[in-house]
Amino acid sequence: MDFGRISRRHLLQGGAALTLGAAAGARPAFAAETTIGFIYVGSRDDYGYNQAHAQGAAALKKIPGLKVIEEEKVPETDAVEKTIESMINLDGATLLFPTSFGYYNPHMVKMANKYPKLHFEHCGGLWTDKDPKNAGSYFGYIDEAQYISGIVAGYTSKSGKLGFVAAKPIPQVLRNINAFTLGAKLANPKATTQVIFTGDWSMPVKEAEATNSLIDQGVDVLTCHVDGPKTMVENAARRGAFVCGYHTNQSPLAPKAYLTGAEWNWEALYPKFVKMVAAGESIPNFYRGGLKEEIIKTSPYGEAVSAEARKHADDVKAKFLGGDGYAIFKGPLLDNKGKTVIAAGTDRGQKDPELEKMDYLVEGVLGATS
Amino acid sequence: MADGSIGLWTVPLAVLGGAIRVSTPFLFVSLGECITERSGRINLGLEGTLVMGAMSAYGISYLSGSPWLGVLAAGITGALLGALHAGICSLPRVNDVAVGIALMLFGTGLAFYLGKPLIEPTAPRLPAIDFGWWSDIPQVRAALRVNVLFLIGVALAPVLYWAFRTTRWGLLIRTAGESSDAARAMGHSVLLIRLRATMVGGFLAGIGGSFLSLFYPGSWNEGLSSGQGITAVALVIFARWDPLLCLWASLAFGGAAALGPALQSVGVTSGYHLFNAAPYILTLAIMIITCSPKRTLTGAPAELSITR
Repeated sequence: MDFGRISRRHLLQGGAALTLGAAAGARPAFAAETTIGFIYVGSRDDYGYNQAHAQGAAALKKIPGLKVIEEEKVPETDAVEKTIESMINLDGATLLFPTSFGYYNPHMVKMANKYPKLHFEHCGGLWTDKDPKNAGSYFGYIDEAQYISGIVAGYTSKSGKLGFVAAKPIPQVLRNINAFTLGAKLANPKATTQVIFTGDWSMPVKEAEATNSLIDQGVDVLTCHVDGPKTMVENAARRGAFVCGYHTNQSPLAPKAYLTGAEWNWEALYPKFVKMVAAGESIPNFYRGGLKEEIIKTSPYGEAVSAEARKHADDVKAKFLGGDGYAIFKGPLLDNKGKTVIAAGTDRGQKDPELEKMDYLVEGVLGATS
Repeated sequence: MADGSIGLWTVPLAVLGGAIRVSTPFLFVSLGECITERSGRINLGLEGTLVMGAMSAYGISYLSGSPWLGVLAAGITGALLGALHAGICSLPRVNDVAVGIALMLFGTGLAFYLGKPLIEPTAPRLPAIDFGWWSDIPQVRAALRVNVLFLIGVALAPVLYWAFRTTRWGLLIRTAGESSDAARAMGHSVLLIRLRATMVGGFLAGIGGSFLSLFYPGSWNEGLSSGQGITAVALVIFARWDPLLCLWASLAFGGAAALGPALQSVGVTSGYHLFNAAPYILTLAIMIITCSPKRTLTGAPAELSITR
C-alpha cells in the first residue's frame, strides 16, 4: 500500500511517534497532519448506522496529528464521486472511508483507479482480486450479535412470534434476519420471524406502521435493520412489546423493553486501521471480523432477560469468541420455500464469501425477498 | 385469536388505524394550504414548515417538559415562516411558487441544522385518548388510541367549510382569491388578506409537524416528513380547495400508507413496493379521472398562479 510519498513519510514519522508515545505512556501523535475523509449516506446523528461510523471517526479525532473530515447525506450515486474528489483535491485527504453499501461499485472503485496512490476503505463491499489494490473492504459479522439477540428473543417471546422491520432485501439485511431467526430457534424451535420491508433506509412513518402491524399480528419481540432504530424501539415499547436494538445501544429509549442488541464497534476498529498504516503495514484488502475481532459487540442484557436466556446466549457468545469459530449457517438448511440452501454436512463459516451473497430467507421466516 | 393474533382482520384494522394515525399531518397541512390558496396564493414551502414545526415542537417539549407548549411553538414557527413567504411575495413581480420552493429548502435545512442535538433525547409526547375502551381486543384498542390534534383537525374541516361560505372573513379570503380587483374595490388590502391567510396556513402546517414529532411516529429525525408536506399541498388541488374533501383525502392517504406494511404482516409479500406506493398511485388515478382539457379545475381560485 502506498499513501503517496509525502503522506506516507508523515505517517511513518507518526508511526515512530506512536511507538515512542506508547512506550512513554503518552497519547500517540502524528508528526504532521494526515487527513482522513468519512462519507455517510444519512445523517451523522441518526442514532443508528451512520452514527456508529461517526463515533468511530470521533475516536480518530482524538489522535493528535489526524485531521478527520466528514460529509453526511451523500447519496449512493455520482454524488459520492464528487465528494471523494473534493475531499482529495480540496482537503488533501489520503485515506477515505465511504461507509455505505452502494458507494462501492462503481463509484469508489472508479475513484481508487483514478487516484492509485491514495487509499480507500469501504464498509460492506466485497473486495475481489479484480478490484484496485489501493481499495479495500471491511465489514463486521453483525449477524453474530443478531444471532445472540435471536436467542434472547426466543426465550423472552411468549407467543413465539418475532418481528423484524427491515429496509431492503439485500444480502446483509437477509443475513441478519436469518441469523436472528436461527438464534431464536435454538431457544424455541417453533419460533417464527415475521419480516416487513419498508423499502428504504429511513422511513419513520412506514417503520412505525410496520411495528404496529407486527404487534397486531401477535408479535411480542421486535428487532430491525433500518438506519435509525429509534422509531421502532419507541413505538414497540409503547405497545408493550420487547425489542432488540441495532447499530448502537438504544436501551436509554426503552430501558424496560430493551433485551439486548447488535452494535457496531467502529471505535475499536478505526484506530486499529490507522495504527496499521502508521506502522507501515497495509490494511488487508478484505477485512472481516465479528465478536472475536471486536468489530461488533452486543448490548448489555436488559432486566427482562431470564437467567436461562442469559446462560444460553453467553455460552454461544463464548463459542464465537473461542478459537475454532462457530458456524451460524450450517447444513442441512432450508429456505422458507422448502428449498435446500445449504446441503447437509456443509458448514458455512462466518468468513465464507457465499454468505455475503445471501438471497434467501430461512425456514421460520415469514416474508419474501421480492 | 387465542394466541393474540387477529389474522386477516389486521389489514382493515391497520388501514383504519393508519387513517387515524398517519392522516393528521396531511389534514393540518392541507387545511392550512386550503386557506392560503383560497386567498389566491400558493405556498409550496409547507414541507419546510412541517419539518420546522416538528423540530421546534420536539425541542420545546424537550426543554420545557410540556408537549402542549411544543405544539404552540410549532404553530408560531409555522406562522412566522408563513409571514416570511407572504412578505416576500408582497414585493412586486415575485413568483410565489419559486419563493415556496426556496422556503421549503430553507425550512428543512434550518430544521436539520437546529435539530442535530434533538435526535437522541426523548421528549415528552402528547397524550392519547383511549376510544377503544369498549373492546377487549388489544389491537382494536391500539388502533383507536386517538390524539386530540386529530380530533381538532377533523372538527376544523367542517368549520372551515362553513366559514368559507358564510362568514365575513371567509368571503374576504375568497374575494382576494377570485378577483383581487374586486377586493381592492371593496377597500381591502389584498396583500394583508393574503399575509394573514398564509400565516394561518403556516400555523396549521406547523401544528401538523408537531403531531409527527410528538405523537406519531413520535420522535425527531431527519427522515421524519419524507415529503408528507408536499404531498399535502398536492392533496389540496386533488380535494378541489374544499376543506371537507381535504379531510377525506387525508384519511385516504393515511389509510393507504398503512396498507403496505399491513399486507406484508399477513403474508401478502409480493409487490410490496407497489403497495408502499399506494398513496401516489391513488393521487395519479384520481387526477387522471377528474382532469379535463376543456375547462380549468373546478373550484380553483382564479387568482392562483398555478391555474392561470
